Amino acid sequence: MTVVHDNLEDTEAKMRAHDVNVFYGSKQAIDSVSIDIPQKYVTAFIGPSGCGKSTFLRCLNRMNDTIPAARVEGEITLDGENIYNPKLDVVQLRARVGMVFQKPNPFPKSIYENIAYGPKIHGFAEGKDELDAIVEKSLRRAGLWEEVKDRLTDSGTALSGGQQQRLCIARAIAVDPEVILMDEPCSALDPIATAKIEELIADLSGRYAIVIVTHSMQQAARVSQRTAFFHLGKMVEYGRTSDIFTNPLEQRTQDYITGRYG
Amino acid sequence: MSPAILLLLALALGLAGWLAARGRAWTFKRAQPGVRLAALPSYHGWYVALWIVIPAVLFAIVWAALSPNLVLQSVLASPAAADLPVFGLQRQTMLAEARNVALGNSPAVFNPAAAGLVEPFRSAISFYNWIGLAATLVIAFLGGAFSFLRLRPDFTARTRVEKMVMTILLLASLVAILTTIGIVASLVFETIRFFGMVSPIDFLFGAQWNPDPMSNPLNPQGDRYGAIPLFWGTIFIGAIIAMIVAIPLGLMSAIYLTQYADPRVRAWVKPALEILAGVPTVVYGYFAALTIAPGIRDIAVSLGISNASSESALAAGLVMGVMIIPFVSSMADDSIAAVPGAMRDGSLAMGATSSETIRKVMIPAALPGIVAGVMLAVSRAIGETMIVVMAASTAANLSANPLDSMTTVTVQIVAMLTGEGSFDHPATLSAFALGFVLFLVTLGLNFIALRVVKRFREAYE
Ligand SMILES: Nc1ncnc2c1ncn2[C@@H]1O[C@H](COP(=O)(O)OP(=O)(O)OP(=O)(O)O)[C@@H](O)[C@H]1O
Ligand SMILES: [Mg+2]
Repeated sequence: MTVVHDNLEDTEAKMRAHDVNVFYGSKQAIDSVSIDIPQKYVTAFIGPSGCGKSTFLRCLNRMNDTIPAARVEGEITLDGENIYNPKLDVVQLRARVGMVFQKPNPFPKSIYENIAYGPKIHGFAEGKDELDAIVEKSLRRAGLWEEVKDRLTDSGTALSGGQQQRLCIARAIAVDPEVILMDEPCSALDPIATAKIEELIADLSGRYAIVIVTHSMQQAARVSQRTAFFHLGKMVEYGRTSDIFTNPLEQRTQDYITGRYG
Repeated sequence: MSPAILLLLALALGLAGWLAARGRAWTFKRAQPGVRLAALPSYHGWYVALWIVIPAVLFAIVWAALSPNLVLQSVLASPAAADLPVFGLQRQTMLAEARNVALGNSPAVFNPAAAGLVEPFRSAISFYNWIGLAATLVIAFLGGAFSFLRLRPDFTARTRVEKMVMTILLLASLVAILTTIGIVASLVFETIRFFGMVSPIDFLFGAQWNPDPMSNPLNPQGDRYGAIPLFWGTIFIGAIIAMIVAIPLGLMSAIYLTQYADPRVRAWVKPALEILAGVPTVVYGYFAALTIAPGIRDIAVSLGISNASSESALAAGLVMGVMIIPFVSSMADDSIAAVPGAMRDGSLAMGATSSETIRKVMIPAALPGIVAGVMLAVSRAIGETMIVVMAASTAANLSANPLDSMTTVTVQIVAMLTGEGSFDHPATLSAFALGFVLFLVTLGLNFIALRVVKRFREAYE
């Protein structure tokens, strides 16, 4: 059973998962997870490899729909509305809940086109000027503008790994999401690029609800305000990041963060 | 004594050598039970066997090529050959007749004058047969003895056998390359002969194709060899009409198969498409000539186009397009499948629909591979012969109307080679020039396409 710390102040929940189970074929990957993702905070998911962090994260914007074998049970709401409601338009959902992947995956298009892609398909921009403005704003927020403003027509794949990842974040921001999901966004990056991304997450955190999966305790401690510890498909403990790291209530959490397994 | 018998003989000797050498290796082993042989006994066997068979077979091949000539020489030296006609067809026929009788292929000579030659032929043939047999035996024996004497307990037979096998494999792969070179060389040679009679300018830029195989070869009439209408017909049928059919259909089927199809559907449709690629083109040819072409003409006529040809470019092009679909679709399928799934996920996670993802991300990312596939398909289409021979006409029209009859390079190659012209008539030789141009174009297309594919692969690795 999940231990939820009781000292969490009443922040408004942006997303709320209730009793979620996920199966790959007959294999259960997530076992009755319930969690509130707060508005305007960064929530970190930590846990040993294979415990289901990515699986659960992908439930939050229904990216599991793209895996034929995956089946999701339970209820997840965004602003109170069930996102697994069959009437809900998954395209709209994913515009509101953006995602950044572990490996930077810019499209093989120009930097400009990478950012403009989302706004174009969602019809955000009236004309070229408006689109230019969105591209610039997104790149600025992702802290990439100064580095790429003179080479917007270069291919996105020609950037360094860290720049590519910030490009992917800028791309996600460009469609003006409400929640941003990040699955180990720094695992392919060096410490300097990682520091840049962490800074970026801190900047963005007031504006969006952010969920980040990470294998780095330090990173979770640095960027997040809430931490959830997953183990074997279950959410073991959830609370303020400071509490989870200094004062976990569960032995398994304690063992994991002190590096005794995982 | 046919070469086949020499071959069998060599193999039998090889088997004997194999057994003997293996036995010898075993005796090494028995003589010194503690010592390990450097190679298994069977490798000793193979070593000796290869040394017997390879030289003997090589000799048998050389002998098969050489002996008919030697036989002929000795027959011509015989007194019976003195009253042969000196030159010409008659001399050839008589020799051939006598030879056939001597070999027992025909019962008797037709021309009595050749009868005297039968006996010299017979004796020369048996003489050289015996020489060939004896030499094969000697060579096999020498090879066997040489290798057998080298066998020692520490003889590294395995590495040597492997080296020999590797050399054989290398030679086998060289055969294909050398054949290609030989083909190109002969093509070039005949093409040069043709251009000695007809200027390349007339050929490449002339708009009238009307060679007359019966004309005087000394006056080649270069203005009748303008190949532009053929090039146009080839491009119009193979690269335009066929591609208008094949590109959309091939691409759509690839998109369906990679992005939408249920695995069970894919398991059926993909092999079905591949079977389409294996249908002999002559079958497509029947279909084009017997079903599509008359159908198109009837439709055109019912629409009021009275001069529609029953051998329209449209019919050949449509059927060729269908034939090409599997090539386009399988190349497109491979390239779309090679686009990393992360690309697709990235787009879907932005809230793009699957069709937006395919149109705006997958296809552009796969484009180089798709383009390469189309180029390979074009190069196949313009080299395709059977369909156009059966469905297109031989009339060289320079027209943009798909209902007109048109001809292609390949059709004209067939027409010229099977025409009435003698072999050194420019009309016949023009087939080689056409073939050469076709060869260069398809080579160029394939080369570029393979380069594009390679670059494309590198981009995602
Ligand atoms: N597409 C899939 N098909 C079948 N099983 C899967 C699939 N993806 C994940 N799984 C299984 O689900 C379980 C949870 O996987 P998940 O990727 O969510 O773990 P994770 O916590 O993100 O691990 P990591 O830290 O290594 O990324 C694992 O046992 C995994 O083998
Ligand atoms: Mg993961």
